[in-house]
This record gives sequence, C-alpha cells and structure tokens, in this order.
Amino acid sequence: MSGAGRPGAGWWLLLLPALVLVVVFYVAPIAQVLTISVTEPEPGLGNYERLFTSPAVQRVILTTLRICIITTAIALLLGYAIAYAITLASPRARGWWILAVLVPLWISVLVRAFAWVTLLRRQGLVNNTLLELGVIAEPLPLVWNEFGIIVGMVHYMVPFAVLPMLASMREIDPRLLAAARGLGASRGEVFRRVFLPLSMPGVIAAGVLVFIFSLGFYITPAILGGGKTLMVAEWIGLQILDLVRWGLGTMMATMLVVAILLTLAVFSRIVDLRRIFGAGG
Amino acid sequence: MSEPKGHALALLSLTKKYGDFVAVADVTLDVGRGEFLTLLGPSGSGKTTILMAVAGFVAPTAGAILLDGRDITPLPPEKRDFGMVFQGYALFPHMTVAENVAFPLRVRRLPRAERDARVRAALDLVQLEAFADRLPRQLSGGQQQRVALARALVFDPALLLLDEPLSALDKKLRAELQEELKALHRRVGRTFVNVTHDQEEALSLSDRIAILNHGRLVQAGAPGALYERPRTRFVADFLGKSNFLEGTVWGPAPGGFALDVGGARLAVRLPDGESPPAEGARSLLSLRPEKVALLSGEESAENIAEGRILAFAYHGTGFALRVETAHLGEIRAILPAWKAPIAPAEGLAVRLGWAADAAVPVQEDAA
Repeated sequence: MSGAGRPGAGWWLLLLPALVLVVVFYVAPIAQVLTISVTEPEPGLGNYERLFTSPAVQRVILTTLRICIITTAIALLLGYAIAYAITLASPRARGWWILAVLVPLWISVLVRAFAWVTLLRRQGLVNNTLLELGVIAEPLPLVWNEFGIIVGMVHYMVPFAVLPMLASMREIDPRLLAAARGLGASRGEVFRRVFLPLSMPGVIAAGVLVFIFSLGFYITPAILGGGKTLMVAEWIGLQILDLVRWGLGTMMATMLVVAILLTLAVFSRIVDLRRIFGAGG
Repeated sequence: MSEPKGHALALLSLTKKYGDFVAVADVTLDVGRGEFLTLLGPSGSGKTTILMAVAGFVAPTAGAILLDGRDITPLPPEKRDFGMVFQGYALFPHMTVAENVAFPLRVRRLPRAERDARVRAALDLVQLEAFADRLPRQLSGGQQQRVALARALVFDPALLLLDEPLSALDKKLRAELQEELKALHRRVGRTFVNVTHDQEEALSLSDRIAILNHGRLVQAGAPGALYERPRTRFVADFLGKSNFLEGTVWGPAPGGFALDVGGARLAVRLPDGESPPAEGARSLLSLRPEKVALLSGEESAENIAEGRILAFAYHGTGFALRVETAHLGEIRAILPAWKAPIAPAEGLAVRLGWAADAAVPVQEDAA
C-alpha cells in the first residue's frame, strides 16, 4: 500500500508482537543452527569441507536431488493431466474432481506411508496379485528403496502440483482456444501452441513448490526407504539424534535452507512468486 | 475496383435448438461474393449463434451451410478456412503482434520466407508495421482490433467473420474504425459477415443487413431499403426510431389509400406496384420522426396534425420534440436545430406536417 504519510511510531508498536514471534521462533533457531555448524566440534569450516571430501555426504545430496527431481517431474506430469481434466470438466464434475484431489491432503502422512508399505512390500497386495497372475516369479523390490520413496512422495505431492496449475489454467480465456481453432489449428496444435504456453506459469510454480517441499521430506522417505536409502532430512536426524554429530547435522540443515533459497531466487526471476504463494500483487 | 474475389455463402433453413429453446429458427439467407453482410438484432436474437454455426463452433440442429454451393455443415472450424475476429479480439497474450498474425500461417505449415512476407503485408494493410514486436497488452483497443483483423485476413480466408468487432471500443474510436473497416472491405474485396446489435454500425458498414428477432430472419435488404421501407413494426422500431399510427382503411386514394386514425384522415402514398389494403381493414403506419416537419404560419402539407409540445430535448444537431396531438396521440418529431421555425417550449401549440409518402404501412410482428 502506498499511504500518503510515513507510518508513525504507533504502527511499529502494533507490529512488535509479530516481529518478536518471528525472531524468537524462526530467526533465532536458524541463526543457532548456523552457529553450531561452524563451531562444533571445533570452530571453523571443517563441517563444510566434508561437502567436498566425504563420499557419504555427497551420496546423500545426490540421492536427495535425484529423488526430488524425479518426484517433481512425475508429480507435474500427473498433476498436469488432472488439472487439465478439471479445467475441461463441467462445473458439477469439477467440484467432485477437486474434492478427490484434496481428500488425500487431509489424511496423515504417516498413515499414507504405511498404506504404501502394505501395498508394496514383498507379501503386499501388488506383489501377491502379480505372483498369482503369473506375471512375475519372484516378488519385486518395490519398497525400502528409491522406487518406494518416489511412489510415496509423488502420491503426497500431486495435490500440491494440481492446485497452482489449475489456478493458472482457469485463467486462460476459452475464447483463445476457439480462436486458435477458427484460425486453422487442430486440437493438438491448439494445446501445444496456445494452452500449454499459457499454462506454463502454473507449471513452473507447481514445480518450485513440489521440489522445495520434496527437498526437506522426512516421514515418507524414512518409512518407505527403510533406512537403506537416505535423503537429507533423515540423514540430518541420524547425525543429530543417533550419532550426536551436531556440527555435521546443522551443516546439512544450513545447506538445505541455502538450496531452498537458491531455488526460489532462480525461479523468482522467471515467474512472479508473490502471485503463486498467494501474497496479493 | 476489381471484380469480387470473395466466395458466396448460403444458409438453408438453418435451425439450432438447445433443448426446448429455439435459438435459430429456419433461417434461409444468401450472402453474395464480396458482399458485406451484417446480422443485426437485439441480444438473444440468434445472430451470434448463426455466426458460430458458420464458423463451425456450433452444430446446427437442422439445415445446411453452403460455401459456393458446397455443403460445409459437417466440417470442423479448422477445416473451413474462415477468418474470424472475435468479440474482445482473442489475441494470444503470449505472442507478439507478428507471431499472432503468423499463427494461421504457421499451423498451415507455410515456408518461413512466405510466412514473413505475408505477415508484413497483413500488418501493412492495417498500418501496424511498427508494432510487430509488441505484445497485445502493450497496444490500445483500436490497435488490438486491427491486429485481430490482420490475423483473420493473413491466410486469404474464404470468408471473414466478425463478432461484434467494435463493441469494446469507445464511441469516437468506433466511428473511426467503422470507416477503416469499410475501406478494408473495399481493398480486400472479400465476403464479410458481421454481427452487431448496433444499428448505426450496421447501417454505415453494410452492403446488406439481415434483421433477426427471436431466432427468425425478419427482413433482409440494403440499409436504405430497410430503413425506408421496413416490413414489420419490429424492423421500423429497431432500425432507427419510429412513430406508429394505427387505424382503419377509409378507402383508396390516388397512388395509395386514406387511413382513419382516431377520427383524423391521413393520406398514404404507396410506391408503384403496391396495392392498397382493403377498405375497412386495420392498418399500421410507421412514420420516421425526422420526416415530420413543424409547419410555420400558412405552410401546408399533405398530412397535418395540431397539438402541443409535451417535452423537447436539444441534441446539438437537432431538437427532439414530443407533441400531444388531438387525434393521433403522441408524435415524436426531430427538427434540424439550425432551421427550426420556432423556439420550442413546453405547452406551445404547434402544427405538424408530413408528406403522404413519408408514412409506410408495416405489419404487426407475429408474437
């Protein structure tokens, strides 16, 4: 807002509680994490050196990036198809579609992760069905590996991919699509040359959202990875809770924050992030 | 001007129903080569549905659409090769002006060199060469409208369809673009089919107007013919303003007939070849306000009505008067302000007069 005069001291007093809250609960802990990462076990950048020297640290980072990229890609593809179907649906059907997308969001992550374990384990529904049908001779390793993690994460992320894309698709003027056909474009070309480019802001927004969310994912990878495939969040927990290596854990936590800020910085140059995350422009 | 290059369009008994609602009822209409035809009617009259059926976006319930005698009714829009200017223009917001205009050529897989040349020619046609690299949102309404025209004409379409092309513009710009559109039609010599609810736009642009009401074609003809000789009360009322006088036919008179309206006898002259209605029949006359004169002093006219001014309004170019007459009820008259014989005032006694051929018999519309 562009008020005429400068806000007086009274306004700052009103903001004070919020400011205190943010500092005490967000800024201070992050500052502390940062401090620990350069002071434990001894002052210096020793923990950060591990980024370049420790194969274990590098493997965790690469695994995390790989899983996040694959998850984001699949969630975007599925989410795009769903958002597209919702956009084209009749108003009545649209309500049901959106409900179907939102319902999983209200179910606990933990419940969903265990549900996937039940489905995917060696004697799970999927393997048993395939064995009985004779499609496979041996149970497939569907869980406690990267595959299981990706299945669980994609399932969790699809609604977060659908919503920004849906918002962006519903802003597209249907007359543009009619105009494109009237000008000689086939249905396929209308999609490729008009609909897809106009829905890109939503795709990018959904991608950023899902990717950032995935980076710090803890419960789903912990349960579906079975301790064998480690992602960053679980690895941090392991360092701090089990191995009591505070320095290393906080170093990785700092890197996670840096990665998220970096992603936001890069994409804020491409799309208007304030619009995506709901702060009115 | 060279001979018309355009194509001929014919609608045969075109009908469109949505459930029980009849949007278009049995419309048969020919559009000649190179003609500028306007579908005119109030909202809900079916004019846009007809245009969308011609464009291929609406499948008719019955009837056929012919292009040069060939049935195109089953073709999807992209196979019809018609240019279309949409209401609100529907320019692609993610493409520059040049890319917008190139779109129809790109989907037709034209080689790049030819595409560029045609885009340049089309932008030249609408005088927007300098704006080729702008995005639509950086243009004014009038410029956007011209981009839409260039995009609709660039691929040499068989027909150009215009859906309320000027309705989004302010009044002054609209008048300017009307002239441009008319000049463009003359330059490209194609068949244009325009839809509007604006009767002035229809009168000034069109070679021919088709007036629609409740999904039916009420009357089609050249603008002058429609204005001067409306066939029904709706046409007289919708195209311009009109007084309506209803009475009983008194008997034939030289070149026409005499009509008894509330005790006053009016002389009506008919064009050659038209026979007067039977004696004793009811008849309805349409009388344009601008054909009613204010008589001064001893001046006389074939029809005279005396009355008092109820109200008047000054419009710059003229005065609009409402006069309460002794026998004919209220009559509206429009006088050129610069030669009004009196200064109008409320309650002033006046004599109105008009020629016997000024009033035109019209039919009541079927309900």
